Amino acid sequence: MSAPRTLGPDQAGWPAGLAHLERPPESLWILGAELPGVPAVAVVGSRRATFAGLDIARSIGCELAGAGVQVISGMARGIDAAAHRGALEAGGSTVAVLGCGIDICYPQQHLQLRDDISAHGCVVSEEPPGTPPWKQNFPKRNRLIAALACAVVVVEATPRSGALSTARWAADLGREVLAVPGSIRSPQSAGTNLLVRDGARPFLGMNDLFEAVGELGNLAGSGAVGAGAASSSVRWRSLAPPLQEILRRMGPDPVHPDAVGSALGLPAAVVAARLGTLELAGAVMSLPGGLVARNY
Amino acid sequence: MVEADLANGLPRCTIVGLTDRAIQEARERVRAAIENGGYKWPQRRVTINLAPAELPKEGTCFDLAIALAVLGAGDATLHLDGTAFLAELALDAVLRPVTGVLPMARCLRANGVRRLVVAEENAQEAALVEGLEVFSAPTLQACVAHLRGQRPLDRVERDGEPPAPAFEGEMAAVRGQAQAKRALEIAAAGGHNLLMTGPPGAGKTMLARAFGSLLPDLALADALEVAAIYSLRGALRERPPTTLRPPFRSPHHSVSRAGLVGGGSSTVQPGEISLAHRGVLFLDELCEFTRQHLEALRQPLEERIVTVARLRAAVSFPANFMLVGAANPCPCGHLGDERGCSCEPNRVTQYRGRLSGPIRDRIDLLVSVPRQRFDSLFAGSDEEASATVRRRVEAARERQIGRCGALNAATPGRQVMALARATSGARRLLARSGERLQLSARGFYRVLRVARTIADLAGEPQVGEEAMAEALHYRAESDA
Repeated sequence: MSAPRTLGPDQAGWPAGLAHLERPPESLWILGAELPGVPAVAVVGSRRATFAGLDIARSIGCELAGAGVQVISGMARGIDAAAHRGALEAGGSTVAVLGCGIDICYPQQHLQLRDDISAHGCVVSEEPPGTPPWKQNFPKRNRLIAALACAVVVVEATPRSGALSTARWAADLGREVLAVPGSIRSPQSAGTNLLVRDGARPFLGMNDLFEAVGELGNLAGSGAVGAGAASSSVRWRSLAPPLQEILRRMGPDPVHPDAVGSALGLPAAVVAARLGTLELAGAVMSLPGGLVARNY
Repeated sequence: MVEADLANGLPRCTIVGLTDRAIQEARERVRAAIENGGYKWPQRRVTINLAPAELPKEGTCFDLAIALAVLGAGDATLHLDGTAFLAELALDAVLRPVTGVLPMARCLRANGVRRLVVAEENAQEAALVEGLEVFSAPTLQACVAHLRGQRPLDRVERDGEPPAPAFEGEMAAVRGQAQAKRALEIAAAGGHNLLMTGPPGAGKTMLARAFGSLLPDLALADALEVAAIYSLRGALRERPPTTLRPPFRSPHHSVSRAGLVGGGSSTVQPGEISLAHRGVLFLDELCEFTRQHLEALRQPLEERIVTVARLRAAVSFPANFMLVGAANPCPCGHLGDERGCSCEPNRVTQYRGRLSGPIRDRIDLLVSVPRQRFDSLFAGSDEEASATVRRRVEAARERQIGRCGALNAATPGRQVMALARATSGARRLLARSGERLQLSARGFYRVLRVARTIADLAGEPQVGEEAMAEALHYRAESDA
């Protein structure tokens, strides 16, 4: 791993996007192999996310990295970390913008993630090393995320989430803002639904992103996140018909095995056996709390 | 054996034989009882010896024997030979009950004693021992009259019918919860340990109580063993000694360690886990039990016996119980619930960590119990009665006993592989799960045992893919 270094506005590699800021940072602290470059898309959201949300963030990170787009996020728990991990899984480059010094790992549990990010991308902060993760640093950090990206995708956010502040910054800077819509009853989607109501583009699949952003226009027509249902029915075609029937009845939302049983009129023993088989095949995952959900 | 000697000299009374305070005090009780009973306390030097003299003795159960030994020393018409006496004496010569009569009676019978006299309250438990003539006497006088052959006491007959079981759950009373009920049936059939997670108010406690009703009656010998443990704790009032239903214990999480696994300062007493011997130990709010408590359960869960070491000796109590645990999935209890969980993710991890260390690897089945919708509580769907399920459980247990003499949960790892007789498809499934679901070696055998039980419930000689897949679904390591 390379040593931390500083980058000034007059040096080569200074991200052009930062020029759009009214008060750009005086310098950036950077840890890692690469620099923030173009094109880059920010994927942000709540720390406390649903499993579906985490999965969406991960697949967006994956798809972006696969298309050669850098994934920017804040290395927080939940959506941020899932987006970084998705990009890393696809072997892409990802940038974590921190609200503390780059030598400090916040949250602590992300030590491994931070090492991975700095090995395949970089960790960036405008705070000097040693700065603790003070609360007031995070809105400042959000403005950097917005400035470095050409578009911001908000996957899940409560109305008070910091991700909405990132979206506001992005809108002010003229970046495209996309929000993943969700159920009007899910608190984790309340913020993103608000964004959609206020004019953000709904994100239903990668195409929405590619079409909206000029720099990524050439990628339009290649992505497939929202269209997961269609692609996965192909993926699990080799499964026995009764197993496929269970898959068809399961949506992306986690359900209890009893609900599957009563929907299909099957006894608990049969449901358990089929879910066990599906899980082994990788088509279903069991979640903490005893629910099961489809894998897409 | 209690011996008494009357010698010439200044009148006094000595009791020897490594006695405790209660026995020393017996001098006063016995003396008062003898005089109030209308007999004369000998005006001589009385020495009472409790033999063998080298073993420490304690308790008040020797009172009656001491009194009769003193009376018998001066009265040749009192036939004491071959009869044992276990009772405390009141000052007015009434016989009082003592604890631990059943195990003592069993031990006396094993040592060749044929007749036993106890207080009326202890008569039924003593009468459970085969081949022992039990008499119950109201007072010292009745006892003396019996021994002189003047007015023989009636022999105590065992109550024929075991009493109706006390409060026990009923499966049909629980609406819905198909998966949980299925898991309970499997656990009951194979003797597996089970953990239920679910939000508060989902019915975990009701299900656990109903679990007791799925277990078959105990064999008479096993029931006696259980009753003996209850007798030691003086707890036979809670559980009539003649009942054949397996015990069900649900200690609160504030129970002391000694209360849970056994112990105590002077006399070592069996704990809750021994009271649950051959039955169910239900630990509600499993995550609220301290780590030390849960750690202490590991050894008994493995060896089915608990050893309490004390300064002078180590005492072992049987503790062959099935563990049924209930826990909230997270601190707020609503993870996976439609109300939504409001816990910080790291707190959830922390909360689960409490469980995973000490006890997770002893859990065979993990099942989630969702909150029921109100409309489904009113729905008139027919729920299966406990008695119906119990018949399937009994049949499955018979197959297991016939195969290897033990329930599947108690078969050692080496044998499981051979006994399971898994089809090649099922074996492939299990092998795949090793890498796919990160199953440990211990987890591997646990899944195999559960799968064997599922096949036994279905009456199949071989473990097929269906049974294996179902067992994998209930495995406990899914979210560790």
